[in-house]
Amino acid sequence: MDKRKSDTIIELNDIWYSYEEDRVILKELDFKLTDTDRVALLGPNGAGKTTLFHIIMGLLKPEKGEVIVFDKVRKNKNDFFEVRKRIGYLFQDSDDQLFSPTVIEDVAFGPLNLGIPRGEVRIIVSDVLKKLGLDGYENRITYKLSGGEKRLVALATVLAMKPEVLLLDEPVLGLDEEHKKRFINFLKDYNGSYLIISHDKDFIYQTTEKQYLLKDGVILEFD
Amino acid sequence: MLDRYFFEGNSIIHRLDPRVKVVLTVVFALGVAFSNSYLLIYFSIFYSLVIIFIAKIPVHIAFKRLLPLIIFLLLLWVFLPFSVKGKTIFEVGPLAITKDGVLYAYRITVKSVAILLLLIAFITTSDMVALFHALAHLKVPKKLIFLIFFTYRYIHVVWMEYQRIKNALAMRRFVPGTNLHTYKTVAHVVGMLMVRSYDRSERVYNAMLCRGFNGTFYMLDHFELKGFDIIFTAISIIIFSGVVWISANQIL
Repeated sequence: MDKRKSDTIIELNDIWYSYEEDRVILKELDFKLTDTDRVALLGPNGAGKTTLFHIIMGLLKPEKGEVIVFDKVRKNKNDFFEVRKRIGYLFQDSDDQLFSPTVIEDVAFGPLNLGIPRGEVRIIVSDVLKKLGLDGYENRITYKLSGGEKRLVALATVLAMKPEVLLLDEPVLGLDEEHKKRFINFLKDYNGSYLIISHDKDFIYQTTEKQYLLKDGVILEFD
Repeated sequence: MLDRYFFEGNSIIHRLDPRVKVVLTVVFALGVAFSNSYLLIYFSIFYSLVIIFIAKIPVHIAFKRLLPLIIFLLLLWVFLPFSVKGKTIFEVGPLAITKDGVLYAYRITVKSVAILLLLIAFITTSDMVALFHALAHLKVPKKLIFLIFFTYRYIHVVWMEYQRIKNALAMRRFVPGTNLHTYKTVAHVVGMLMVRSYDRSERVYNAMLCRGFNGTFYMLDHFELKGFDIIFTAISIIIFSGVVWISANQIL
């Protein structure tokens, strides 16, 4: 195989995390993701998969261990600004992500935060919506969208920031075949790397090359 | 109040700059609230009705919006005429209705109807997003705007959550009654709603952080005052000032 040399994007070393003192979720966890990886993260409910995503994005602070993203050790709030800009995180519940009344406002939120001029933001928004087959959704009311539409719009809000890596938390949970297919097609065309939490076997086999299992606080390769 | 039905119109009122509408509403509502002149209050009602007519809001819809206020006002009419001291004009058994009481209740009634009609005329004909932006442009404190904004966005989600819990109760044949079991259950429902709302607020905040939120909302739209906005504001203010002047000098 003449795969190009891949660079490590995310590196976790010896991560510990617990919610209560006697319930350790992650212990001595090591993990690596490169810029060519298309990986699924499996594991039973409550194993700490979402917690792991939160640690990568800097939403939770591990009790012990090192988070290295884009070749830099990330410790405090400011370190994670860059991480959040370059890694797109799709939440499990789209209602958490879509807080603006209209679709256009919500998709524009990220790029505006990055300081992109308004004219360009409008172009980005319509490009992203078109790419996901959501043309004409600009002025729709977010809370009145169907579950599948909400998920795709939430994805649009993430993509509008042009992330190099995607963290997807149960992206096709509860979606019908049509919306699932659109999601799969999008991932097949996507250039960056991604890490997906999912329990949907069919979806995982169609979109990922490697599968990891998070169990008892550590990550194992899975086949 | 902020029903989609209202602002889905495309009349000249809907297209007015939201800043103009917010300013006119606040100024006129304050004027009505502090004024002792019936002329000004009547005129304000007339003015709002004209705006509502131009905005093509169906009368029955506007009336429906007034209904909760009217019910509240009816309560006032039950108590005020009896409880304000003054000249007795009518006696019901041991109770006396006073002239001052009736006048007092009447004044509260027309004032609140006038203010609510102003809101229906101007605020409900505005898009919510545009309204928030208008408030931001008018230098209303950011925290206050966020508060209204998120209340508006998530009240629907909390409502849906409440419906789900209610259905779950109904599925298990919960029938509310006057007993300890009912009170306990209701307390659990309220507690659950609060905990869930708190959790959600945290998740929403996290989602915003992930998209680079740093405490400032940037706006996609910029407002531009059009000629019509200026003319409309000028005419409205001149007429209102005229009415204030007339009532202050007691010409009529």
